[in-house]
Amino acid sequence: MKVTNWGNYPVIEATMHSPSSVEEVQRIIAASPEVIARGMGRCYGDSSLNSTILSTLRLNHILAFDDRNGSITCESGVRFSELLDAFVPRGWFLPVTPGTKHITVGGAVASDVHGKNHHVAGSFSHHLLSIVILLGNGSIVKCSPQDYSDLFWATCGGMGLTGIILEATFRMKPIETVYIRQRVLKTKNIDEAFNAFEANKHWTYSVAWIDCLAKGDSLGRSALILGEHATKAEVEYRYRDPLKSDPPLSIPVPFFFPSGVLNRYTIKAFNEIWNAHYISRDSFVDYEPFFYPLDFVADWNRIYGKRGFTQYQFVLPKSVPLDGFKKILRTIAESGDGSFLAVLKLFGKQEGMLSFPQEGYTLALDFSITPESMRLFERLDAMVIEFGGRLYLSKDVRMNKEAFQKGYSNAAAFTSVKKKVDPSNKFQSLQSKRIGISSI
Amino acid sequence: MNYVLLIGAGSDIARPLAFLYAKAGYGIYLASRNYDRLVRDASDITIRYGVDAKAFVFDVTETSKHKQFYESLPNRPHGVVCLAGILGDQKKAEREFSEVENVIAANYSGLVSIIHIIAADLEQRQEGFIVGVSSVAGEKGRKSNYIYASAKAGFTTFLSGLRNRLFTSHVQVLTVHPGFIRTKMIDGRETPGIITSSPEEVARDIFTGQQSGKDFIYSKWFWRFIMLAFKMIPEPVIKKMDMK
Repeated sequence: MKVTNWGNYPVIEATMHSPSSVEEVQRIIAASPEVIARGMGRCYGDSSLNSTILSTLRLNHILAFDDRNGSITCESGVRFSELLDAFVPRGWFLPVTPGTKHITVGGAVASDVHGKNHHVAGSFSHHLLSIVILLGNGSIVKCSPQDYSDLFWATCGGMGLTGIILEATFRMKPIETVYIRQRVLKTKNIDEAFNAFEANKHWTYSVAWIDCLAKGDSLGRSALILGEHATKAEVEYRYRDPLKSDPPLSIPVPFFFPSGVLNRYTIKAFNEIWNAHYISRDSFVDYEPFFYPLDFVADWNRIYGKRGFTQYQFVLPKSVPLDGFKKILRTIAESGDGSFLAVLKLFGKQEGMLSFPQEGYTLALDFSITPESMRLFERLDAMVIEFGGRLYLSKDVRMNKEAFQKGYSNAAAFTSVKKKVDPSNKFQSLQSKRIGISSI
Repeated sequence: MNYVLLIGAGSDIARPLAFLYAKAGYGIYLASRNYDRLVRDASDITIRYGVDAKAFVFDVTETSKHKQFYESLPNRPHGVVCLAGILGDQKKAEREFSEVENVIAANYSGLVSIIHIIAADLEQRQEGFIVGVSSVAGEKGRKSNYIYASAKAGFTTFLSGLRNRLFTSHVQVLTVHPGFIRTKMIDGRETPGIITSSPEEVARDIFTGQQSGKDFIYSKWFWRFIMLAFKMIPEPVIKKMDMK
């Protein structure tokens, strides 16, 4: 069957297995010379693509929950949306969540996802107590930061290349209400935005929407959005049931837009509207629009048309002077190719061996896949590497070996663990082949 | 606590449907042949939504055990959803009558047996609901699956008669005609993506239709128009179209 991930590029022909028991998984692994696990396919590129794919979506049982401490054990195919559905009404929230709830727990581990709280809470792996993983020889290993810690830290952020993640145990966090106390701060340019991030580090959640088409003195014009889980006392005067979420209905995008719909004029118009939408103020908002603003437009990836799109997400270490960041922003702004909804975020420390975050600032921008954008990426790669940064594997569809190996300083350590647990190199993806993970 | 009994709980629609009922506060009884799997499903439902959920072994075709099964349930359910069914092997059925009997037992006569037992109870209690998941396939025969389709046609007609019988007893009977669904039943078969729905979508339609007191629904809704158009093609034309 034809398979593609969120960016709709590339589209490949693959054999997809959807096992519903561990025994079935073992049979498939034994019979496949090469395989990669896949959850909701929300990575943008080819991380979960190969000629043989093992879908975890039917391995989706919640196995245990302890309502005294929020510890939950579930199979890897359980989606974040299901966890929210079941546990938010009971006062528990995800410890870390990316900008979509349509991902699986297995995918969250394999990408070691981060959220708006990375600077205080770390990435998803920081909240994991243990994971259960099926290796290439069919054996099942439970690993944690204490036991088989090498395998654990290689698997968190390891893009599914160490084995099939079967189960994960992690801690949810208690909440009193479904509301977020939100503060919006408009900043005129990138200097102001960075200062605002630093000055507001104590907020649990922070993220900035940045207008990548703004130039000159307005370069990096942003809206910094800060958030804290609202307490019951803060909202009880206006909401009778503070744990009942009442999000707006989602809007479908029923077909692919023609590829020319997004051009520099429509994007500029969109950015102006988006910029006007955010005004500096405090308010209480439902958690859904706060964390998942784009989930309300189901299949929004179709807006980019059939030729597909990608997200260029990089991180630069904190040691890089602001000028470095500006240089990259200026290159994007001048290309005029920039995207709508670019996201800027302050990161804390790194977790897993191949985990993306490192202490510093990350910027994520969407681009249609065109020859021009591909050339732009090459230029951006050179700058990102020069400044000691790297690209997010879960968003990537085109980086080369050099960009990977220079960006990920623990790549060799990862490969040595992989060679130990997967000597026959069974777990591979189109991405792992492209960036040469096995050949380091 | 009101209970909902799901017959054919090994179906891909059963779990998302059970979640919806559990979230609305119903206790859940899961019944199918695959007991081990159901035990895990039941535990999952309780963990997620804090309601009582139990698993039971049940075979639609073993009609002699149906009465005993129903009476052994810890609580009389408020409603039942029948999701059981098999596609069968059409080619085999054309050669061997035993395959025809299997398909009829799993999709029609076995369901009639268990539903009649439950219907009698609900009729007496003057409350509750019965949901039967039939198929758009039952609306017109095609050469690739007419044994299955004719059993479903029988089931649809059974449900409409039952609805009329139970109307005065305040028991709702809902017939569901799903179109293509991405389930194990059609694994490996190519279906047109745009009109193929997910088990979750169908579960949502069933739950909403039942809760709002409907008699008959298509899932997804546009199948009403697809079938309307399909049924308007005259037989002399259909047979020449050589449809699969």
